[in-house]
Amino acid sequence: MAQTIPRIKNSWLAEVGNQALFIGDFLGNLFRRRFEWNELIRQCYMIGYKSIMLTAITGFVLGFVITVQSAPTMKAFGAQSYIPNMVIISIVREIGPVIIALTCAGKIASSIGAELASMKVTEQIDAMEVSGANPVQYLVVTRILSCIVMVPLLTLLADAVALFGGFFGSNIVGHMSFTLYFNKSFDVLVFTDLIPATIKTIFFGFAIGFVGCYKGYNATNGTEGVGVAANMAVVNASLWVIVLDAIAAQITNMFAYN
Amino acid sequence: MEDLKENKTNTAAGDEVVIHLEHLKKSFGEKDVLTDINMNLKKGENLVILGRSGEGKSVTIKCIVGLLNQDAGKCEVLGKEVNELSSDELKDMRQRVGFLFQSSALYDSMTVRENLAFPLTRVLNLKDDNEIEERVQEMLENVGLEEAIDKMPAELSGGMRKRIGLARTLILKPEIMLYDEPTTGLDPITSREISELILHMQKKYKISSIVITHDMACAKITADRVMIMNKGEFIAEGQYEELEQAEDELVSSFFK
Ligand SMILES: Nc1ncnc2c1ncn2[C@@H]1O[C@H](COP(=O)(O)OP(=O)(O)O)[C@@H](O)[C@H]1O
Ligand SMILES: [Mg+2]
Repeated sequence: MAQTIPRIKNSWLAEVGNQALFIGDFLGNLFRRRFEWNELIRQCYMIGYKSIMLTAITGFVLGFVITVQSAPTMKAFGAQSYIPNMVIISIVREIGPVIIALTCAGKIASSIGAELASMKVTEQIDAMEVSGANPVQYLVVTRILSCIVMVPLLTLLADAVALFGGFFGSNIVGHMSFTLYFNKSFDVLVFTDLIPATIKTIFFGFAIGFVGCYKGYNATNGTEGVGVAANMAVVNASLWVIVLDAIAAQITNMFAYN
Repeated sequence: MEDLKENKTNTAAGDEVVIHLEHLKKSFGEKDVLTDINMNLKKGENLVILGRSGEGKSVTIKCIVGLLNQDAGKCEVLGKEVNELSSDELKDMRQRVGFLFQSSALYDSMTVRENLAFPLTRVLNLKDDNEIEERVQEMLENVGLEEAIDKMPAELSGGMRKRIGLARTLILKPEIMLYDEPTTGLDPITSREISELILHMQKKYKISSIVITHDMACAKITADRVMIMNKGEFIAEGQYEELEQAEDELVSSFFK
C-alpha cells in the first residue's frame, strides 16, 4: 500500500514522457523517404470529407443562434445594423475554431483512437513492425498530417456557413439584404482576424490527430481497451483544445490587438 | 506431402546456430514470466515448443524479434544481440525473421492482395506493379488460396486467415520463421492442413523455424526436435518420440 503514491506519480510522469517520445517519433518519421501519399489522401478523405456535413450544420446553427440571441440586446441599443459585424468577428476569432475543434475531437479523435486501438489489440501494428515496415510512418504520420490540414479547412467552411446562418437569423428578427449583410461582415473582417485564428486551428488539428493516435497506439487489454482508447482520445483531445485556446488567446492579445 | 513427412528426420540440421538464447529473463512488474531460458535453434531445423497457456512462450519469441526487450541474458539472432541492434539492423533482421501471429493479424482495412503487397512495397521497396502482382499470385498459389485475392480479411474463415497470414510472412522469403500457435482454434482437419503447409514451406524455402503449439498433432507433424517450457524455463528436450516415452509426469502429460 505504501507504494500507491509514488506509483501514481510515476505513471503520470511516464505518461508525459511517453507523449513527448511519441511526438519525437512522429517528427522523426515525418521526412522519411517513401512518404505515404496515398494513405495521406485516403485519410484526408476519411477525416475531412466525411466531417463536412457535421461541421457545416454546426457552423450554420452557430451563426443563426448568435444572431437570434443577440438581436434583442443589439436592438435595445439601436445597434442592430452591427449584428453582421459582431457575428462574423466572434465566430471567426473564437467560437468557430473552438466549437469546430471540439466537434472534431468528438468525431475524428475518437475514430482514429478506436481504429488504431483495434489494430493494436489485434496485433496488426506489431505485425507491421516485425515485418520490418514502419507503422509510425504509415499510420501515425498520415493521420496527424491530415488532421493538421483538414481541421483548419473544416473551420473555414464552418465560418463561411455561419455567415449564411447569421443572414438567415437576421431575416427572422429584421430585414437586411444579403449583399448588405455580406458587405457589412467583410467590412470588419481583416486578415489579422483570420490568420491567428487559422494558425490556432492548425494546432487544434495537431492535438486532435496526435491524441487520437497516441491513445490508439497505446491501447491495452483486448477489445475492452478499444472503447477506453476512443473515450480517452475524446476527453484528452477536448482538453488540449481548450488549453491551447487559452494559450492562443494570450498570444494573440499580446501581438494583434494592442 | 506424405513423402515430405517420411524425409523429415533425414534432413540433417546443420550445426550452425541461428538463434541463441542464454539465461534469458523477463518480468512484467512483479511477475517473473521468463526465469531462465536457454535454447539454440540450428539452421534448417524445426523446433517445436510445448507449454501450457501463460508460460511465456509468446513472450520468448517476442524477445527474439525485438518486440519486447529481455531484462537479462543473451538473445542472439543470426549472430547478433537483438537488444543492441541499430534501427537499420533491426529492420534488416526482421526482414530475415518471419513471425506468424496467433491471431493472424491481417490488416483489416486492406484486401488480401494489399495485405500481401504491403511488405513488398514497404519493406523490399518494390515499385514494379507487375512484379508485385506476380509475387502475390505465386504466394497465394503456395497456400492454395488464389481465389481469395480480392476478399477482405473479415470475409475469410479462421483457417484461411492463417494461410493468408502465412503467405504475407513468407512473401519476404525469411530465413527463420516463428509460428505462434499456428493451429490453435482451428478444427482438426484444417489444423492438419496448416501443419503440413508449415512443413512443406520449410522444405521448399529451407527455413529454420520455431513452432509454438499445444496441438500434439501439429507437433508430431512438424517437429525435428521438441522442447517443453514450464514456469519460465525449459524442462525437457528431445525428439518427439523420445519425449512421448518419457517417465516424467509433467512431460508425459502433454502426450496424453
Ligand atoms: N506486454 C505484457 N505486459 C504484461 N504482461 C504480459 C505481457 N505480455 C505477456 N504478459 C504476461 O506474461 C505471461 C506469459 O504470456 P505469454 O507469453 O503470452 O503466454 P503463452 O505461453 O501462453 O504464449 C502471461 O501471464 C501474461 O499475462
Ligand atoms: Mg501465446
